[in-house]
Amino acid sequence: MRDVAIIASAQMANVSTTTATPVEMLLPVINEALANAGMSRADIGFWCHGSCDYMTGQPFSFVMAVDALGAWPPIIESHVEADGAFALYEAWLKIQAGEAETALVFGNGRSSSGDINRTLSLQLDPYVVAPLWPDDRSIAAIQARACLEAGVVTSRQMAAVAVRNHRNAQSNPNALRSGSYSVEGLLDAEVVADPLRALDCPAHADGVTAVILASADTARRLSTRPAWIRGIDHRIDTQNLGNRSMTTLPSAIVAAHKAGVGNDKVDVAELHAPFTHQELLLTAALGLTDATNINPSGGALCANPMMSAGLARLAEAASRIINGTADRAVGHASSGPWMQQNLVCVLEGE
Amino acid sequence: MSGATSDYTIAPDGSFTAPLELFYPYKRTVGPTLSRFLTGLRDQRVEGTRGKDGRVHVPPAEFDPVTGEPMTEWAEVGSQGSVVSWSWQPSPVDGNVLQHPFAWALIRLDGADTALLHGVDAGRSDAMTTGMRVRARWAEERTGSITDIACFEPVTSTAVVARGGS
Amino acid sequence: MSEDVLRIRTPIGIHYRYSAGPNASSHLRGLMEGKFIGKRCPSCTLVYMPPRSTCAKCGVLLGEDVEVGPKGTITTFCIVNVAFLGQTIKIPYVAATILIDGADLGMQHLIQECETSDVRMGMRVEPVWKPREEWQPSLANITHFRPTGEPDADFDSFSGQL
Repeated sequence: MRDVAIIASAQMANVSTTTATPVEMLLPVINEALANAGMSRADIGFWCHGSCDYMTGQPFSFVMAVDALGAWPPIIESHVEADGAFALYEAWLKIQAGEAETALVFGNGRSSSGDINRTLSLQLDPYVVAPLWPDDRSIAAIQARACLEAGVVTSRQMAAVAVRNHRNAQSNPNALRSGSYSVEGLLDAEVVADPLRALDCPAHADGVTAVILASADTARRLSTRPAWIRGIDHRIDTQNLGNRSMTTLPSAIVAAHKAGVGNDKVDVAELHAPFTHQELLLTAALGLTDATNINPSGGALCANPMMSAGLARLAEAASRIINGTADRAVGHASSGPWMQQNLVCVLEGE
Repeated sequence: MSGATSDYTIAPDGSFTAPLELFYPYKRTVGPTLSRFLTGLRDQRVEGTRGKDGRVHVPPAEFDPVTGEPMTEWAEVGSQGSVVSWSWQPSPVDGNVLQHPFAWALIRLDGADTALLHGVDAGRSDAMTTGMRVRARWAEERTGSITDIACFEPVTSTAVVARGGS
Repeated sequence: MSEDVLRIRTPIGIHYRYSAGPNASSHLRGLMEGKFIGKRCPSCTLVYMPPRSTCAKCGVLLGEDVEVGPKGTITTFCIVNVAFLGQTIKIPYVAATILIDGADLGMQHLIQECETSDVRMGMRVEPVWKPREEWQPSLANITHFRPTGEPDADFDSFSGQL
């Protein structure tokens, strides 16, 4: 295996809606990531993009996104119809294969273009589920109820997750939602999708994340403290909602094991768990304890830009290695209303 | 694709915005497994596939999730079942099976081992409980679609329900 | 009952609000005034008409507005003889790439008011606008382009577009 590290990143400050086109959203973030790494476009060996055309409502919008890259002379570029974190996995493989020494990975989403809950119905089984147009929040609420009634989580624990993330988000300038709340106050709040309350549900956002990967020599030349990728794995569960445990995250457990999460302490974990009960399920699946600082950014609960929020978690985890406040960090990305797909990345400093 | 350009607005930053309607009139071939399931729904019959472990999947799985083998054994199950978990939809959207507030529920039909997602016409959220009995309300016009079950409705009768399937 | 179900209809309809973005919107404003407004790349100086957000070649935001046209030159074209779903124009018709005078990239539009067999590369054309009261922020303000009758442009003047 080749040593590969995250050496820099940048994010757009998340907003609930923007008039900017996807290209106009991407351009400044890509420029900022390059500047943070001390690189120019010509230094990038591979570009990899995660986005979803259904979000913007523009078929082939990922082709238009190449306008933000300055693709002359021709570049090597690829795209996944998924969160940018899965594009990062592809870029990591590209470097492993020796086909590139550096990669710029980016994910963007414009959730505000349409009705995001309705659009997300389209990620479900197209034969017997999506024709009912079930919204993302309702599906997550079914899982939350199963967890509550099984005693796997409590409403109080869910509220505590919301309190911590919103408090942490107060020091994250990119977060969309933040604030100082109490568990009791949240438990008194109105239920919006029984049993979920508003602050159990993610703040859908328009946003962009860009991350730069480099192989060992380049990483050491450009960064005093690269965030080395020591393990990365992604796994998926059945798409059939009624044939999967609602109270565990089977694919996250496997991905965490394969990535080696439990091999050493974890200082920081950035978890792409859009709903509060999901953060509790994921913490258990990854085997994390109170010794780990979970979601210092406020997580996807406080800003959930589709197709960028997972990559943002990896960027946040890496930034804490790069700035020396953590030695070992976990970044996680997911997709699906029950987190049916999970990517786990273990990052370490030297 | 369509949209009324005449409904444009100009944002404070000078951006023109306008409504855009995307419509895809998709038709999907369903393959042999879903064909049998959907044909059954059209004829008011619910069938699932049985795995090597004996578990009956409704909706049917095409391949055994444990062994990966094609699932070719079928079992008829009941059109009544029990709610495994649920949530409440206070404001239905276009395409939902009910256009007034209703419950989303995972329903394990009698004789099945997996659960099916559908809407339950319960009237009020406090009429919903996990484990409650529900039955399919069949659509009058059925074409071979999950919406041939118009929705589920609570079973109010206390009569003992025969278990379906074999 | 009847035959087995082999196929289902699963139509998908989604409502969006599209934004042209702050950079390309001057073009739409121009169309409402009967003008073609392109944009120049501050790096390579190419003039895009219609403009995009950025210069795809340089990866920088496009800069100043540049009024171009309204006449242009056909660089390439095709004659559409095949009907397809959603078609609103009577076949046969000509779809062409038109290099608007002063622009460096071609745009697509229809050529009418001549026989399809008369259309050729290098032909000079001009836009035909709908009545002013029907104008919207849309290229559909122009129903089509038609020949101006001017001599054809030299091949060398547009060969770089091909």
